[in-house]
Amino acid sequence: MSTLKFACLISIGAICLLPSVCSAQGPNLGRPLTPEEIRKIDITVSTDGRGLPAGSGSVSAGAAVYAKSCQSCHGAQGAGKPQDQLTGGLGTLASGKPVKTPASYWPAATTLFDYIRRAMPITSPQSLTNDEVYAVTAYILSIDGIVPSDAVLDAKSLPRVKMPNKDGFISWWPKPPR
Amino acid sequence: MGNLEKKETITLREETVTGNGLIDRRAILRSALLSAGIAAAGVGAAQADDGVGADAPEWMKTPGRPFSAYGTPSKWQEKVQRIFTIAPGRAGTGVSRTPLQLLEGTITPGGLHFERHHNGVPDIDPGQHELFIHGMVKRPLAFSLDSLMRYPMETRIHFVECAGNSGAFSSPQPLQITAGELNGLLSCSEWTGVRLATLLAEAGVTKEAKWVIAEGADAAAMSRSIPLEKCMDDAMIALYQNGEAIRPEQGFPMRLLLPGFEGNMNVKWLRRLNVTDAPVDARDETSHYTELMPSGKARQFMFLQQAKSAILKPSFGMSMKGPGLYEISGLAWSGAGRISKVEVSADGGKTWALAALNQPILPKALTRFRLPWKWDGQPSTLISRATDETGGTQPTRASWIAQYAPGQGYHFNGIQSWSIEADGTVKNVYA
Repeated sequence: MSTLKFACLISIGAICLLPSVCSAQGPNLGRPLTPEEIRKIDITVSTDGRGLPAGSGSVSAGAAVYAKSCQSCHGAQGAGKPQDQLTGGLGTLASGKPVKTPASYWPAATTLFDYIRRAMPITSPQSLTNDEVYAVTAYILSIDGIVPSDAVLDAKSLPRVKMPNKDGFISWWPKPPR
Repeated sequence: MGNLEKKETITLREETVTGNGLIDRRAILRSALLSAGIAAAGVGAAQADDGVGADAPEWMKTPGRPFSAYGTPSKWQEKVQRIFTIAPGRAGTGVSRTPLQLLEGTITPGGLHFERHHNGVPDIDPGQHELFIHGMVKRPLAFSLDSLMRYPMETRIHFVECAGNSGAFSSPQPLQITAGELNGLLSCSEWTGVRLATLLAEAGVTKEAKWVIAEGADAAAMSRSIPLEKCMDDAMIALYQNGEAIRPEQGFPMRLLLPGFEGNMNVKWLRRLNVTDAPVDARDETSHYTELMPSGKARQFMFLQQAKSAILKPSFGMSMKGPGLYEISGLAWSGAGRISKVEVSADGGKTWALAALNQPILPKALTRFRLPWKWDGQPSTLISRATDETGGTQPTRASWIAQYAPGQGYHFNGIQSWSIEADGTVKNVYA
């Protein structure tokens, strides 16, 4: 409580000249979260690998997961149709006919793992095991040779995968670069 | 009466301020006063009428229908619906748009707010839902809806605009579709909720924190990286929309509201805020809502929705009923602040007039602009251009397009134009 009061005094001194920036004091009704609760809800994965779970998956295991859970929407080998194309398009971004896929465009391999784990397959999201998510990520990345066909991905190796467009993004926040 | 009409004609001629018939915005008020004068004269001259029932419309001669528990729009308004590109009733990923050209004012009715879902609308039990704040905080916390109801609240009017709104303007040929189909991933509501900074102060954000990863409780666990600076500024945990509990399509029981930032970051069905030190490159901030440039590099984290405007009346799908006096009306908005001016041209951009801006002009909210126009019946091109209080304005479509690789359509805020044909039809044109 004393820390809170101190923080508020600071904000009153430093920020409240702008009335819209001053936040009101709340009644402090937040329920403390236990580490065990946080472990269950925290599925955030950082690009440096923080948050990746235990487990691993190989390209060959991923091919089976893909055939069962992904191919009906994303086509054979991630070629797309009826839903998004997942593979190909490498080298097209500056060509005048850009093809943006996870393989050609996404800067971090962790994004593929994170998105599959939280949102896919669309009819039963969050149903794959961590091993299956590692495996299917490895399989999709292997199609364009981003990882070798005998690759096994886990919390250590996934963040080290070098995506073709790793350096392709320029941050516009907080300001456009000069 | 004859004298009055003549006087009005003279007034309008005097007030014309540009080429092709745009009239000074202050003329609206003057002609309104004039009309009031005419009406008053009419009342004075009216005769007493003794045949009431025979001439009355049917609905004045029978009792109306009963009270209702939750009102619905008039049956005569049944065509005023969200605009779908896929049939309503299908779940999954997609959008429906606000029919901007069929609405007036600046507030979007709850049932017509645009939709963007990534795997349907979740049916969340508000008694079981909690908002989690954890990560780089001294005290990880969970907030129930009941507890949030006891926090100090704020009410503010803000637009929400999808970063993909108006993407159709990247089409090489102008698409002949309505203003709502072009720009309807845009809505404006009165939002009420708890300032996020209040909750973050309670959790005690640590020094190294710079970003907050927001996550929804939908079946896509929609996730975005938000700068901590925005979370500590005007971000809100919105619980109410236009006075009622936030609609399921807008995030019931709670959503993140980041005034002026691209719609996707305003995470609906908000469940979790993970305070951290870096963005995570979530799918929707890499695959989507990034702008590929001709060089092959892409702009990322272009959060602010820039100054923008669209004329809604007249617009595609409407037709002018012959030469005469019309009101041009539309919407202007900017994620950077208040709209400071809207310029309108009726001659393809040769001359411009300032439109009247309806009060209140609020920051990061829709502003309605209006301008009287005496159309002479000749082909004309109407254009609007908004400027905000930071000096931000709209580029031409051509200069906007030139910044990016072919086919890119996020964050379009180029100038829009309608041509009025001699027969009164209205077309989308690249002027």
